[in-house]
Amino acid sequence: MATNTEVSRRGASAAADPASGSAAQRAQSAEAPIRPAVDIWENENGIVLCADMPGVSKDRLNLHIDGNNLIVEGQVAFDLPENAEALYADVRSSLYRRSFSLSGELETGKIEASLKDGVLTVRIPKRAELRPRKIEVQAS
Amino acid sequence: MFGIPSNMPGSVFDELWRLQQEAGELFGSWSSPLGIRSLPRGSFPAVNVGQTPEKVEVYLFAPGIDPKSLDISIQQNLLTVSGRRDLGSEEEADYYRQERFSGEFRRVISLPEDADPEQVNARYVDGIVQIGVKRRESARPRQIEIH
Repeated sequence: MATNTEVSRRGASAAADPASGSAAQRAQSAEAPIRPAVDIWENENGIVLCADMPGVSKDRLNLHIDGNNLIVEGQVAFDLPENAEALYADVRSSLYRRSFSLSGELETGKIEASLKDGVLTVRIPKRAELRPRKIEVQAS
Repeated sequence: MFGIPSNMPGSVFDELWRLQQEAGELFGSWSSPLGIRSLPRGSFPAVNVGQTPEKVEVYLFAPGIDPKSLDISIQQNLLTVSGRRDLGSEEEADYYRQERFSGEFRRVISLPEDADPEQVNARYVDGIVQIGVKRRESARPRQIEIH
């Protein structure tokens, strides 16, 4: 089930506000963040960005626009028993973060985002007046 | 169109992680659940393994898969998880980046001797496959009381 997420402008959410996380998460937030793998493509309507962010739920995702940058952040959470001892870890940070600079023809006010099974999809439309137009060549 | 900020090259740090990991494998006892079957860093899906006296918990960071398509099996203390993620390509689209893994994957994790292959549970939450394997009672540390 996909859930829509809000894109805030300089908005702080659970992921960005360390005070709302647990003690363990606060301790981990100082670690170097993971750069999530992304696919980015463009079609005539705009740009689509898909990011792998496993372990991030909607309330731990933070998408915001800072000036010209789209910043994607998320806090990883999974069910780890209290007394667990780590034996092997490919994932050594609990924070994802990556930023992308946007260009002027994109309609940053109309960004749509959804999160499903740890995959974030962000759709950034182009301004309607700037979408490509087919130019007809008049035959004389 | 999409300016990607320059990033630190990861290779030096990756190498440090690898050395640390190898040192851990040399000195730990069962500190190496992947051992010779480990895959290079960055392989899909990433794996974390944790243990408690009662259980071994395996986490596979596999976003956007159909959990029903996963094949999870245990044979001779080897936990094997295989599956596939097909992303396909959008038609009528120009790609700038395709970093996300697409295709078949397989990871093998060696479980401790006392893992009980009859007591395994698996679930899929927010793109993480979590597999819990119970350990046999007899192997757990026991408190011995003095009378």
